[in-house]
Amino acid sequence: MDQDLTRRGALKLATAPLAASALGIPGLALADISELTIAYNVNLPSWDPTVGPSAVNPTIQAIYLSVFDYFIHQNPDLSFESGLVTDWGWNEDKTQIHLTVREGVTWHDGSPFTAEDVAWSLERAGKPETGNPIQFIWSKIGNYKIEGNRITADVLSFEPTIFIWMAFLTGFVMPKAYYEKVGPEGFEAAPVGTGPYMVERFERNAFVQLKANPNYWRGKPEFENVTIKFVTDAASRVAEIESGNAHVTLEIPYEEYDRLRDSGGISGTAAPISDIGMIFLNDIDVMLDRNVRLAAHHAIDKKLLVERLLNGYGVPIDTLQTPDYIAYDPTIEVPYDPAKSAELLAASGYGPDNPVRFKIQTTRGFKPKDYEMIQAIVGLWRRVGIEAEIDVYEIAKHYELRAADQLAPAAFYNWGNAVGDPTTSTGFAMFGPSPHSVWDGEDLIGMIGPLWGEADEEKRIAGWKDVDRKIAEDGLVIPLIQYVQPILHSDEVSVTPHASGALLPFLMSRA
Amino acid sequence: MRVLQAATARFVSTIIAIFGIAIVVFVAVRIVPGNPIAMMLPPGATSGDIDRLEALYGLDKSILEQFAIWLGNALQGDLGTSISLRRDVLGLVLGRLPATLELSILALVFALALGFALALAGARYRGTPAEAGIDVVNGVGLSVPDFLWGLFLILLFGVIWPVFHISGRITPQSDLPFATQFFLAESLVRLRFDLAADLLAHMFMPALALSLPLAAMIGRLLKQSIKETLHLDYVETARTRGYSENAVIFSEALRNALLPTLTLIGVQFTFLIGGTVIIERLFSYEGLGNMAIDAVINRDLPLIQGIVLVFAVIVTAVNLAVDLTYALLNPRLRRG
Repeated sequence: MDQDLTRRGALKLATAPLAASALGIPGLALADISELTIAYNVNLPSWDPTVGPSAVNPTIQAIYLSVFDYFIHQNPDLSFESGLVTDWGWNEDKTQIHLTVREGVTWHDGSPFTAEDVAWSLERAGKPETGNPIQFIWSKIGNYKIEGNRITADVLSFEPTIFIWMAFLTGFVMPKAYYEKVGPEGFEAAPVGTGPYMVERFERNAFVQLKANPNYWRGKPEFENVTIKFVTDAASRVAEIESGNAHVTLEIPYEEYDRLRDSGGISGTAAPISDIGMIFLNDIDVMLDRNVRLAAHHAIDKKLLVERLLNGYGVPIDTLQTPDYIAYDPTIEVPYDPAKSAELLAASGYGPDNPVRFKIQTTRGFKPKDYEMIQAIVGLWRRVGIEAEIDVYEIAKHYELRAADQLAPAAFYNWGNAVGDPTTSTGFAMFGPSPHSVWDGEDLIGMIGPLWGEADEEKRIAGWKDVDRKIAEDGLVIPLIQYVQPILHSDEVSVTPHASGALLPFLMSRA
Repeated sequence: MRVLQAATARFVSTIIAIFGIAIVVFVAVRIVPGNPIAMMLPPGATSGDIDRLEALYGLDKSILEQFAIWLGNALQGDLGTSISLRRDVLGLVLGRLPATLELSILALVFALALGFALALAGARYRGTPAEAGIDVVNGVGLSVPDFLWGLFLILLFGVIWPVFHISGRITPQSDLPFATQFFLAESLVRLRFDLAADLLAHMFMPALALSLPLAAMIGRLLKQSIKETLHLDYVETARTRGYSENAVIFSEALRNALLPTLTLIGVQFTFLIGGTVIIERLFSYEGLGNMAIDAVINRDLPLIQGIVLVFAVIVTAVNLAVDLTYALLNPRLRRG
């Protein structure tokens, strides 16, 4: 009798999930493709895209771009075209800028979008007290004047990249009247933009539900409803797409991407994005020796790293410019040449029997195969006479050490540059006074300094190419690879990747 | 009287412990690597920008000054403003706490159900291959950490046999009529069983993953306690009076075998709450643990302090409750 009861109980336990599924636990099937679900890899901390740390977090920009618009629109290939601002430029002596504002656009609350909104957004961004992290750029223009849909402003300090920033971090247009009415807290609770989607519901750390903006100035998005679920664990994102709980996901291990693409109703898109992997070299200890720096660079077989570690998903690079960037110069090369490495090291008295020793810092798991890549590089270095000790640190520690100029002689990092301008790659990474640079050489500072304010665009770009050549010739940094972003999606969805890495629902359609 | 004295002393020591934890956490988050200002520096920031940001977040003062300010505000219920979320820390923490408490309590229920089932079955079939099998199950439960159970469950119930939700707390499309953040409790009170089923379908895997190691501990300890009790004279007396073996275990042995298990449950429940940090992250469950990881990644000092302080209060409160319950249940302590 007792044994019968036990068996029955065990059977009940074993069939409980079956019973649950038979009862129809809601929401497990994606019945209607009009409800597009995206498993996204980061949480959204805040809705104001112009203030706080999240405003400069590149990964979050895709969510902001679903609700708000930059002043100037950026295409998936990183080129610029008219957006809320349809025309822009300098006056002849570059003491003023002018902007023409698009007409006929409405905010999500139905109120008209005006030139006042643009001028107010720019002015607000330039005020230190608002907490805009890019305030140092926006404060370079001021004294706005509005005539109809045309705005003019004085150049307070010449900044050649000011229009590029209008399609980059914090370069969003905010609703003046609405923001002034509801204040920062009201805006957090109910954000209003001009973007392709309107916020329906937001549960912090969980999801955001978006509804298509029927009046979007670029046309109504194809998917009426979009749910972005914040699934920060890569294994869970893989399970979400594999189980059909999400239509689209991104940033998954390349092995999983290869396993799942073209299988069981799932397709894949893998395209290069503007993120690169690089090794900072700090001008301390042995890195003061040019031979050591160049030997370290020539000893790395980047093609091998991409093929073996990244399953072929990466593009080897020799400068901090990727092929999509405006200052990319394909003639600057630092080829894999272990013999040359050995020769350079020998010239400084080093070799396999008397290796040069230094520390290399790296994150582990912050970017795909970061630690494994450094392990492989250390192995390649060992062959030519470089003995590097690996020190694993958290990304927060990297930021702290870099800002204090205390990185180890070599330190792996990834750098994003969604606008492709050389100032936001080579410039900030290699200009000594920048808190993001650890190379303090006066000769490089001397080369870069004049380029910040260079008004002649051709001369400016040529100048940055010269800087990149100098960096390559002197081995001041080791660029490694341009990352490829793996996106998995349902066969029923077509995804257009954006070279900035932003996964935009607006660029998705029914296949 | 003795229980009251013990309770008062325990309460005072709890307050002191929480104060000590606050100091340790405050100092620890400031000396561990990672500077919140360095995390948010834009490209091209100058030393003036760094100074401005440090002043904005009060990080330009000494640790002692910062602590004094923080403590003064905390005593008035103000735990500061989150750097990354730019919202009141207390509101953020209290907003997420119910989700974590509901998950932890469900995990405890699972652990108790599974642990008691294993213990009772093991005691009932002691000395047979069935007990050996239960010991193996307990051993596996103990040796596999909760996050690995989580991955296994995701594969099993999320991918191979997709009957439970992999991530989140509730289906986004659900209509939420809730007045509190205790969604599960409130859906049951409001008789919204559709929402309760949806919530449970989301909580099942994370709660089960959290519960399995604790279930194994309960199963092993309780079974051993019952087996020891089964040799006592009063149990033999019950057998001679004609009680069935099941009645002997349930009616006589179990009650007296419970005390050590109760202590274990109390202590382990605090570990279970700590385990929510990883499990909530894995299942993208919108609780305090998930928020804690983001706070650490962003070096959001005020939020880290707030979360740890709340965890500390919960852990010490649970320990206090267990001690008092033990004192009340244990006749030797109760009678002095």
